[in-house]
Amino acid sequence: MSVRTIVEKIWDNHVVTQQPGAPALLYIDLHLVHEVTSPQAFSTLRERGLKVRRPDLTVATMDHSTPTYSRTLPVLDPAGAAQLEQMEKNCTDFGIRLYNRVSDKQGIVHVIGPEQGLTQPGMTITCGDSHTATHGAVGALAFGIGTSQVGHVLATQCLLQTPSKTYAIQVDGTLKKGVAAKDIILAVIARIGIGGGTGCVFEYVGSTIRGLSMEERMTICNMSIEGGARAGLVAPDDTTFQYLSGREFAPKGAAWDAAVTRWKQLPTDEGAEYAKHLRLDAGELEPMVTFGTNPGMGIPISGAIPDPSSVSDPMAKSDLLKALKYMDLEPGKPLAGHPINVVFVGSCTNSRISDLRAAASVIKGRKVNPKVRMLVVPGSQQVKKQAEAEGLDKIFREAGADFREAGCSMCLAMNGDQLEPGEYSVSTSNRNFEGRQGKGGRTLLASPLTAAASAVTGVVTDVRTLL
Amino acid sequence: MKFDNLESKTVVIPTDNIDTDQIIPARYLKAISKDGLGDGLFRDWRFNADGTPKPDFPMNKPEAKGAQILVSGDNFGCGSSREHAPWALTQVGFRAVISTSFADIFRGNAIKNGLLPVIVPPDAHLELLKSPGAVVKIDLAKQTVTLPGGRAVEFPIDGFSKHCLLEGVDELGYMLQQQTAIAAFETSHPSSLRVA
Repeated sequence: MSVRTIVEKIWDNHVVTQQPGAPALLYIDLHLVHEVTSPQAFSTLRERGLKVRRPDLTVATMDHSTPTYSRTLPVLDPAGAAQLEQMEKNCTDFGIRLYNRVSDKQGIVHVIGPEQGLTQPGMTITCGDSHTATHGAVGALAFGIGTSQVGHVLATQCLLQTPSKTYAIQVDGTLKKGVAAKDIILAVIARIGIGGGTGCVFEYVGSTIRGLSMEERMTICNMSIEGGARAGLVAPDDTTFQYLSGREFAPKGAAWDAAVTRWKQLPTDEGAEYAKHLRLDAGELEPMVTFGTNPGMGIPISGAIPDPSSVSDPMAKSDLLKALKYMDLEPGKPLAGHPINVVFVGSCTNSRISDLRAAASVIKGRKVNPKVRMLVVPGSQQVKKQAEAEGLDKIFREAGADFREAGCSMCLAMNGDQLEPGEYSVSTSNRNFEGRQGKGGRTLLASPLTAAASAVTGVVTDVRTLL
Repeated sequence: MKFDNLESKTVVIPTDNIDTDQIIPARYLKAISKDGLGDGLFRDWRFNADGTPKPDFPMNKPEAKGAQILVSGDNFGCGSSREHAPWALTQVGFRAVISTSFADIFRGNAIKNGLLPVIVPPDAHLELLKSPGAVVKIDLAKQTVTLPGGRAVEFPIDGFSKHCLLEGVDELGYMLQQQTAIAAFETSHPSSLRVA
């Protein structure tokens, strides 16, 4: 057999059938479901008298519309409450395992999958959520899908799909102190633009990626869609196997040994060709922060806000002007030192225990600036429990931050956690689109280290000045 | 949903990278049905906080009335996977979006809802951007867009999507016909995962 990339190998292992003139029917090993993008899919199943084909390969959680003020108090927003009730009903009616608000396994869908060992190397995974690529960190091919496709997977456990090209994102070298996985992916997106990976799956390769922990790899894979790619992954290695070993749904005993043998066949073959290739030197990276209204509008913390007068393409120029007007930022000025109102540490990008540890390491022994409201939202109940066991909750609370229950929270402001119009947040989430964190709100994306440093000073801050 | 030919005025929103949060903000995603999503379409660009229309927004201009074709900048529909975006667009009457490129997930979602994503070359795109309200013809069978000046340009679409749109083929119905093959695959590729 000819040499193949990991993406091609996983693809080949999952083609059920390929009819002439049609996309391949691709088998899905794991389907993750949440309350926002599934109700209309379950309605389709009811209308057509269909069952869920593989409830044993389907897991649901509550995260997007889920309050973070309490797990037990009533949901104040009637629409949110109705959506959560509908999720309960759908999972009961169709026999799907659900981690609801009171479950100690509840959390953001992309945090709980790897945490429980549901997501495994070589799998195909879908979820009605564009950040599904997060699961690529374990070496799985994980796609975000729309609600029609959620219905397709529920009913058939398959997806109609055409193959994507593989785009190698190669990062080599050693990260400087204060520079995090989030800064790598923000730098990648700033380089290729938010449409740069359209039609592709990213494979993250190189010595820097190999040296990252699983949670750091998740941060990077998570934002693949922000570079336009529907999926992104890292080939499995010993770091992957160590992470998965012993987790609830990971294979055990002889099945584990057999799985590891199989997983070791997955990495891209020597000599396999990539459709595109980007190379980045990790040693040259600084902490990154976004200034604009899409994740590609990022600059190093020591950099200046771009000047539209230096942009020649008229559409690009007007988009930059529009972004700076919305953000109320001045071209040519540094972003460091700009006053902020809110700091959000959370989201499927940066809400895992290592993210909370990083933020706490900066906050410890300091106070959140009185002008800043800081919200720390763990990605799952398990992360929250671990953070409490380590005393991180106390560090945050004593510094004046709010430490919450698990959920998507202010990443997309569906659950009541949101910015007021005109407010600036430094946020560890993944999107800075207009109004993303609340109508009129202005989002600056950054790492947990940068977010925590900015919370302390009250202005956008280079964390390296506090280390 | 079927699509074959369309002749309509255009609305032009000359912005690149229009994300799905702009097409429909997250606060409209609490719905458990598809009803009423049209109200949320471009909500914060289209309406003031008090609910009055913003007169400068292209969709609110008199010449936009009845337009079924949206012309936008590059990379339309980037961001979230929310299918609420094409649901909202079709609910206010749009049947096609013309751009130079589309985000992958949006493109797939649009086709499943009979909303045709039309990719045109930069010169044709420029012509369309300059002529809001002009009448454009789209012929899916021939894969052509006839520009306001009368010039026809071809647009790409994969054969399966074209077939589904022209014939009104329901993808789920097509997939359900493959159940024998799916069952055979499940037998030859048993999963070790058991979560239910």
